[in-house]
Amino acid sequence: MRQRGDASRRDFLKKCITGAAVLRVTGKMGLLEATEQGAPGKSRVVIARDAMLRGAGTTVDSHRVLNLLDRAMRTLFDRDNPVEPWKKLVRPGEIVGLKVNALGGRGLSTNLQLVEAICERLQEAGIRASDIVVWDRDSDELEHVGFHISAAGNRVQCFGTDRVDYEEELVTFGSVGSRLSKILTRHCDALINVPVLKDHDGAGVTMALKNMYGVIHNPNKYHPNGCNPYIADVNMLPEIRAKMRLTICDATTASYEGGPGYKPEYNWKNNALIVSQDPVALDYTGWQIIERKRAEKGLKTLEADGRAPRYIATAADAQHRLGTNDPKRIAVVEV
Amino acid sequence: MPREFDAGADAKLPSAGAAEGENSAVQVERSPLSSPLDRRLFFKCALASGAALGFCEFAQPLLAIPAWAVPQKQDDSRFTVEAKFYQKLQNKKIKCKLCPRECAVGDRERGYCGVRENRGGIYYSLVHSRVCAAHIDPIEKKPLFHYLPGTLAFSLATAGCNVNCKFCQNWDISQVRPEQVPADYAPPKLVAELAKQHGCPTIAYTYSEPVVFSEYLMDAADAGHAAGIRSVVVSNGYIQEEALKTAYGKMDAVKIDLKAFTESYYKDVVVGELKPVLDSLVTLRKMNKWTEIVYLVVPTLNDSDSEFRGLARWVKTNLGADVPIHFTQFHPEYLLKNLPITPVPTLERAKAIADAEGLHYVYIGNVPGHPAQNTYCPKCHRMLVERVGLTATKMLIRKGNCPFCQQPIPGVWHA
Repeated sequence: MRQRGDASRRDFLKKCITGAAVLRVTGKMGLLEATEQGAPGKSRVVIARDAMLRGAGTTVDSHRVLNLLDRAMRTLFDRDNPVEPWKKLVRPGEIVGLKVNALGGRGLSTNLQLVEAICERLQEAGIRASDIVVWDRDSDELEHVGFHISAAGNRVQCFGTDRVDYEEELVTFGSVGSRLSKILTRHCDALINVPVLKDHDGAGVTMALKNMYGVIHNPNKYHPNGCNPYIADVNMLPEIRAKMRLTICDATTASYEGGPGYKPEYNWKNNALIVSQDPVALDYTGWQIIERKRAEKGLKTLEADGRAPRYIATAADAQHRLGTNDPKRIAVVEV
Repeated sequence: MPREFDAGADAKLPSAGAAEGENSAVQVERSPLSSPLDRRLFFKCALASGAALGFCEFAQPLLAIPAWAVPQKQDDSRFTVEAKFYQKLQNKKIKCKLCPRECAVGDRERGYCGVRENRGGIYYSLVHSRVCAAHIDPIEKKPLFHYLPGTLAFSLATAGCNVNCKFCQNWDISQVRPEQVPADYAPPKLVAELAKQHGCPTIAYTYSEPVVFSEYLMDAADAGHAAGIRSVVVSNGYIQEEALKTAYGKMDAVKIDLKAFTESYYKDVVVGELKPVLDSLVTLRKMNKWTEIVYLVVPTLNDSDSEFRGLARWVKTNLGADVPIHFTQFHPEYLLKNLPITPVPTLERAKAIADAEGLHYVYIGNVPGHPAQNTYCPKCHRMLVERVGLTATKMLIRKGNCPFCQQPIPGVWHA
């Protein structure tokens, strides 16, 4: 009979395997742990709303958007302190990239006040201002929507890939072969994705997953067939997968038709943020929001319009496993 | 800022080889844009020296990426002209009518080619006069074997392509947006002048995919013809009929890359379609445009006897036995680095099948020194044009005929 504390070879191997699994999970995806509390086995998507986000005016109020962000992050990470979630996400010394979306021009790009709020919390979590890089593919587009281009000093950095170019070497996955932005490969340790909730004439909708088209040099090659399977394949590129920490989808202003360009007649003031660490669950949830708005406006479903976002299911399939698109496995929390 | 097109500029040199727009061994030719120390190189050296001397501490480092490693911001407006082939749709959308893909492009978006952009419901080409590659090549490099042998072609390209071949040897210029590669400003008249100045009777639009810079190609061809310079195009033939007639109607010869003879290959390897390319070949034939065909033989993907036979029969039936066809050797590139170089016996098998089907001018390409690079009289079988590498070393055709048996040899033989 074995004594207490003795381990058989099988036990030993079990422990080794379990330990390795834990190390692997906590090493790469340990941050997911927080989001699964309270909803075991489910991906949590938090939708935070503030009907008074703009006060009496038309622009987003900085103070209110910071509060909205705090509410979303505290809920997602189950924390009371607004800075604690960020400490779970990033570590001092890391360079954190905020991949915004500036394609939609002034009317439909990532909100400046939101980006400022994220930068504020990151700094409170110990990230130096100069270690935060706000970026998209083109500096002119960033400037056009109101970002101040800055690539030096102790300020938050902000510039496009046009300033540093793409890697020479191709990276490939599935049907995709692309050069990655050097901002991602050489300057960012961690990536926070800050897309906009939008309709897309080709892909159906565009949020977390499609925003990664701004990381590659040849997005124009990956629009056929509703961007499927290309969007999922792009998100499988190792540098993107390894560095992605969180998606904060800007749904303060969103579009339900005519996207991705800015068409005021199809925008609505949604006054919300959608936050998740599962980009597939976030995109699925955002898609449903757009469908509800389309129904409210008397428009056809995206399926009936011939542009259902099939890439979301592809991103969840066995070849990709980027997250889940199964509503039973998504916990949507509205706050 | 873009620079004027001059002998000291540094437009990107494409991989040079026997079959352009295809895939081949590197064999660099004379470049009109190279000089021992060009301006960019000078600045590189100066920066490096400055860094060594410690002067660079005054410069604001942009995250350790030296400024010269980044393509210079180009003045977009200089290269932007309204596209010729498109249709306006509702909501500021457009439908491109240049190639069979017919991209529906929303405002502020670009088509599949990446070089055409919708701005407020008007579609623009962003690559007019925006030359990212220029070279002086033997015409045999296109390859055009029945067109002015032994002459030079002033060869140029802009960024962009309307397909995405997995074997592309020039993917670094064809699969990028124009702002992602250095470019020079080369308006049509300047191109014609430079061709003349360098002793080139022909301008060749090549390296990337000329379909996507059709507006520029047409204007340059007009400028060339006004100066007594001809034009040829090296293309995938994936273009709509009206655009083909308008743009390639200005060409003096055309080389089409027929990349395979199955739709599945076009779908999976080329990201295009076969049928429109075959239609283009038929249209070119009806236009009496001198046309040659290149077929890049990729091991295991398009090298079966049935494909070679089907191709040869189709060419003979639809274009005639006199259309030259070049079976060229594949080299691992871009997204097809896992396949070997095409064995020469495979190319010889392709030629044997095409010969047996009755085609008169079947060549083997990218295999320097192979006897199937020469032109032989289909009647008396004597050698008429001898080629060593990319150089025509012997040219015996006289007034378009075989000097031995007087058999007419089709082609454009004399300037």
